[in-house]
Amino acid sequence: MNVYLDNCRTTKLDKKVFEEMKPYFTENYGVPSGIYSLSEKANDIVEKAQIKIGFLINANPQEIIFTSGATESNNLAIKGVAFANKNKGNHIITTKIEHPSVLNTCKYLEKNGFKIDYLDVDKNGFFDIEQLKNKVNKNTILVSIQHVNDVIGTIQPIEKIGKILKNKKVYFHVDAASSFGKLPIDVNKMNIDLLSISSHMIHGSKGVGALYVKDGANIEPLMHGFVSLSNLRPGDENVPGIVGFAKAAEIACDEMEKNRDHVIKLRNILMDSIQKEIPDSFLIGPKENRSPYNVSFSLKNVEGESIALQLDMQGVAASTGSACVSKSLEADYVLLAIGLKHEQAHGSIKFCLSKYNTIEDIDYAVKALKKAYNNILKISIFK
Amino acid sequence: MAMKYTKLVLKHFRSPKNIGKIKNADAKATEGSVVCGDMMTMYLKIKNNIIKDAKFESYGCAANIATASILTTMIKGKTVEEAEKLTWKDIIKQLGGLPPLKFHCSNLAIETLHSAIKKWKKKNNTKVS
Repeated sequence: MNVYLDNCRTTKLDKKVFEEMKPYFTENYGVPSGIYSLSEKANDIVEKAQIKIGFLINANPQEIIFTSGATESNNLAIKGVAFANKNKGNHIITTKIEHPSVLNTCKYLEKNGFKIDYLDVDKNGFFDIEQLKNKVNKNTILVSIQHVNDVIGTIQPIEKIGKILKNKKVYFHVDAASSFGKLPIDVNKMNIDLLSISSHMIHGSKGVGALYVKDGANIEPLMHGFVSLSNLRPGDENVPGIVGFAKAAEIACDEMEKNRDHVIKLRNILMDSIQKEIPDSFLIGPKENRSPYNVSFSLKNVEGESIALQLDMQGVAASTGSACVSKSLEADYVLLAIGLKHEQAHGSIKFCLSKYNTIEDIDYAVKALKKAYNNILKISIFK
Repeated sequence: MAMKYTKLVLKHFRSPKNIGKIKNADAKATEGSVVCGDMMTMYLKIKNNIIKDAKFESYGCAANIATASILTTMIKGKTVEEAEKLTWKDIIKQLGGLPPLKFHCSNLAIETLHSAIKKWKKKNNTKVS
């Protein structure tokens, strides 16, 4: 039996999405920039995609800029705003548990004269909103906060943050790669200026994402080249990918409540079963305001790579924040930022659910995890 | 990150040899640290300068377990001096390779073995090399 539970890394393409994409590879293979009808078709379908995705987050179609994914969107949002507004200020605020595409972009900007404040978070991944308020000063140009943390599932109070920033002259960027299509997003209500979203997190294809850029926002492009539809992102559009993204987004938003109810049921069974079968374990991250798609545990006295490999041998794909799987040989920075000890981070195992998972998947995964844990515990120094 | 382990590494990871403690071991050593997520304890039974038995316990990744497993099989029947001459490269060779990122695991296994032998020599008043 194969059970895929690493849906925060990537997801399976929805067959309906694939069907929608197919004609744009082999029949309607034009790009929007030409003068003939093949290009007109491409132009129409990309515009339709902008309309669809814009509608889902309450944005205007022209505010949707397609990119190669959330990494590019985060880079474009942060560097784009920083470079365009450097005469106004050089201060950016973010948190310690953002995605690497935000954190490493900020580190790059630090080397180029920008000052970055990385807010501390508590054991559940929440930062102090008062601290954020106090950190905003006349040099602040941007605040970048993720909606949902993909490691521990924390849902940040985006609307509340948006309200606080509303009367301050700073751009508010939200990395919504882990929440778009899973939680409601309204860029107006939440006072968001820039929003990064991704297609392959919601059963669309890899290599496509978008950045919502509020009309009138002062932002510079990162790439320069042939301008097809947008100055901000030159080059010919990934038409099939964009078509698929719009379809995936539409399906995800249509099914949002149904999918949520389904994964909550699975999540609760998974959490309860792990705690019951492996008492020497604890849930990482918040119990409330947590994405229903994320289940993250720390297992005592074992190391995560061995557990993940033992799971893989039984057909279960899961993830760990152990140092042993990182190129830097350091434990996941998110787990350390929320105050986990190194050994607790090494023993972490993460399951990310999707609409395709079933009760059978969960039952099997729990059995596999118990077996993996017992196998590794047998070898363990600590017991 | 997907680790490209050889079949033999995975075999030793799946069914490690010589797991556990040796009661009344002649030598025992623990090396590594919890912070690194990489620890190993090795137990040796030594008679007439020959390693009669070797067992291990581990805290770490698949490479940690596999290197300990294969090293314990490699040293059984060897003289203490022969075992001492083994290097981390010998373990990697024996395993058919390790991802470069995991070379340190083979080093930890050798360190643990050397540390156990050193303690044994000290206990037995043999000249420490």
